[in-house]
Amino acid sequence: MEPTRVLVGMGTCGIAAGARKVMEAFEKGLEGIEGVELLPTGCVGLCEKEVVAEVQKNGDKTIYGDLTTEKVERLIEEAILGGDVIEEWIAARPEEPILAKQERIVLENCGHINPENMEEYLERGGYKGLEKALKEMSPDQVVEEVKISGLRGRGGGGFPAGLKWQFAREAPGEKKYVVCNADEGDPGAFMDRSIKEGDPHALLEGMLICGYAIGSDEGYIYVRAEYPLAIKRLKIAMQQAEKSGYLGENILGTGFNFKLKIKEGAGAFVCGEETALLASIEGRMGRPRPRPPYPATRGLWNKPTNINNVETYANIPRIISRGGEKFAGIGTEKSTGTKVFALTGKINNTGLIEVPMGISIREIIYDIGGGIPDGREFKAVQIGGPSGGCIPAHLLDLPIDYDSLVESGAIMGSGGLVTMDEETCMVDVAWFFLNFTQKESCGKCTPCREGTKRMLEILERIKAGRGEPEDIEKLKFLGRNIVDTSLCGLGQTAPNPVLSTLRFFEDEYMAHIEEQSCPAGACTDLLRYEIVQEDCKRCSICVKVCPANAISGKPKEKHLINQDLCTKCNACLEKCPFDAIVKK
Amino acid sequence: MEWKIEGSPNEQGGEKPKVGRQLMEKTLEQENCREKVEEIVASFPEKKGALIPALQAIQEEFGYLPRPALEVLAKSLRVPFSTVYGVATFYAQFHLEPRGKHIVRVCMGTACHVRGGKKLLETLERELGVEAGGTTEDLNFTLEEVACIGACGLAPAVMVDDETFGRLTPDKLTEVLDQYRQ
Repeated sequence: MEPTRVLVGMGTCGIAAGARKVMEAFEKGLEGIEGVELLPTGCVGLCEKEVVAEVQKNGDKTIYGDLTTEKVERLIEEAILGGDVIEEWIAARPEEPILAKQERIVLENCGHINPENMEEYLERGGYKGLEKALKEMSPDQVVEEVKISGLRGRGGGGFPAGLKWQFAREAPGEKKYVVCNADEGDPGAFMDRSIKEGDPHALLEGMLICGYAIGSDEGYIYVRAEYPLAIKRLKIAMQQAEKSGYLGENILGTGFNFKLKIKEGAGAFVCGEETALLASIEGRMGRPRPRPPYPATRGLWNKPTNINNVETYANIPRIISRGGEKFAGIGTEKSTGTKVFALTGKINNTGLIEVPMGISIREIIYDIGGGIPDGREFKAVQIGGPSGGCIPAHLLDLPIDYDSLVESGAIMGSGGLVTMDEETCMVDVAWFFLNFTQKESCGKCTPCREGTKRMLEILERIKAGRGEPEDIEKLKFLGRNIVDTSLCGLGQTAPNPVLSTLRFFEDEYMAHIEEQSCPAGACTDLLRYEIVQEDCKRCSICVKVCPANAISGKPKEKHLINQDLCTKCNACLEKCPFDAIVKK
Repeated sequence: MEWKIEGSPNEQGGEKPKVGRQLMEKTLEQENCREKVEEIVASFPEKKGALIPALQAIQEEFGYLPRPALEVLAKSLRVPFSTVYGVATFYAQFHLEPRGKHIVRVCMGTACHVRGGKKLLETLERELGVEAGGTTEDLNFTLEEVACIGACGLAPAVMVDDETFGRLTPDKLTEVLDQYRQ
C-alpha cells in the first residue's frame, strides 16, 4: 500500500501565515507512526486559506485550509490515520469553480510535490523533455517545436519565444548565454516566486533545453535578493541536478555541457529590463541601453544571449515532452497556452491561479476569485503592474489575451491582477504606480526621469484638491510624450496607469479637481472625520486611541475632533463601538 | 547619503555624529577590515562580474558598506573607486550607513497599499520613533519601505529580518515588534 502523504504548504506566504508551527505540530503528532510521510511543499495557490496542507491517501487528494496548531490533532486522528474526510475544513474541492476553471500546466507540480526532493519531480515526468530534446531532436527541431507551440514571452511584452531562440541560435559566435529573468519586481506579483519555490527543477530543465537549442553552455538565473527561500530551493535543485547528471559536463552521456549560476539582484526594479539586467550581471549599474543590437546578437559580455522569464522557461519542458501542437491547442489562436496570475486586492479568494488564455475577466473575478468581499461593487481590475492599466467594469467580458489587453490600454505584463472596489480611488491608484516607477527610474533618459516627476507632481496636486482643469490635458500630453521618447520599457510604459485611468475614469479626476472631493473616500487630504453627536455615547475610547491627540473631551463630555491636528489615520473610526464617527 | 571622511564637517563640530556609527567605525578599525575584504574577494575566482556579489558579501559581514572596506575592494578588483561608489549607491539593497540589528521592512506593494500598508508604516514610525529609512538610536531597529515582498495574498505584510508577517493590523504589529525588542 502506498504511504499516506501529508504536504504542508511552506512557501513564503504559508510560512508567514504560520506554516512552521503547523509543521512542528504535525511532526510531534506523527512521531513514531509508520506509513505516513510528512513533507513540505510549495504554494498551492490558495493564499486566502493559508496555512494549507494536502492529504494524499489511497489515491485521493484533499486540501485542507485555515489550519492552526489546534486543528492538527483532529486532522491526524480522523483524516490521516482514520478514513474520514473533514468536510468543513476543506479549502477547495476540485469540482468547485475556484479550481475547475483553472488549467494547471506551469503550476501542475506546485503544492503537490516536495520541491527539495528531485525524485518527486522525476516521478511526475521531470527531465523527460530534456532527455527527449538531447537524444531524439536536433537543436533546430527544438526551436521549431517551441515555434509550433506559439509560446509568447510571459514577462510582459509577449514576444514569440521560438523566434527569440532562433535569433540567438543563428547569431554568429562560439560562446552564447542563457539568462533567466527571475527579478520579479512588479508590486502585486508573485507568480515567479511560487514557481521557484514550488517547482524549481522545471525552471532548470527549461533553461537546459534552451541551452541545447541555441548552442550555449552557460546560464545565469537573476533572482531578487528579496526572495531568500526561492534562492535556497534553486540552489538545492541545482546541486541535485548536478549530482544526477542533468547539469554539468556530458549531460545524460550526450556530450552536452551546461553550467548554471545564480546572481542575486540588489534591489533595482529597472533590472527587470533585459539590457539593464545584463549590465547588472556584469557587475555594473543596472541601466538600460538602446536596442538594437538586441541581446540575441549582443547580450551578456557582448555575446549572443537568450533572455526569458521564469514562467516562459517553466513551460518549455512540458512543450517538448508533450509536443508543441498540444500546447497550441490550449488558449486562443494568437495567445496559446495558459497564464499564471497573482489574484490580489479586494477579492474573496486571493491567490495564485493558472487559466487558459482567452478566459474572460468576469470568470476570473467571480468564478475563481469568488467576487468582491462585503458585498461591495467591483470597480476595476489593474493588470500588468506599473506598466499596465485598469480595466473597468463594463469591459468585464474582455478575454485575457495579449492583443485584447493592449487594445484596452492595459498589457499582459507578468501577471499581477489587483482587484479594486468602490472604495478604491483611481487617482490614488494611478499615483501609487507612478510614484513607484518614478522612484525606480534609473535617470538615464530625460523623458522618464523628468517627465514622470512632473506627472507625479500634477497627480499629487489633484489628490490634495489643488488640481486645475488644464491638468487633465497636461497629464495626457506628458504621458504620450514619455511613451514615445523614453529609452526603455520602464519609461515607455510608466504613464500607462495614468493614461488608462484617465481613459475610463476621467470623471473621478474631475471630481477631485472641480469639487475637491474624492468619491471613493481614499484621498485623505480631501477627507474630514466627524463625530455624530446624536450617536456618540461619550465613552471617550476615541480620545484614547487618537495618536495625534486631536479629539477633545472627557468621559460623559462632548467629544470633538480638531481638524487641524487630525492625521486621518482612521483609528477612531475603527475603534468606535457605536459607529458614531463618519468620514466625509 | 554621507560618509564619515576624515576632516569632514561631521568631525569639525558641524553636525553631531551619531554615537552608534562612531562605535561601529571604531570596531572596524580594530578589526582591520582589509583582511576580511581580501578574503571575500579571494572567494570569487572569476573577477568578471564579481563587484555586486562582493558588495553583498561585505554587507553581510559588516551589516553595511563601510568606506574603508570599499576602498580595499576597489583596489583588489582593480576597478576605480568611483565605479564601486556608483554601484553601491545605485542599488537599493546597499547601505553606506550602519543599520539596526533588526531590519523591519514594510511592504508598500499594490495589494498592501490597497489593504492599509501605509497605516502599518505609520504605526511603526510612531512605535520606533524613526521615519522610514531611519535607524533607532540603540541600533536595534532599522525601518524601511520595500516595493513588494510578494506576499500579496496575505496583505498587508511586514518583514522583520527574514521572517514575513501577514494579515497584520496595527495592534498585531505592535505584538510582533515586542518579540524583537531588546
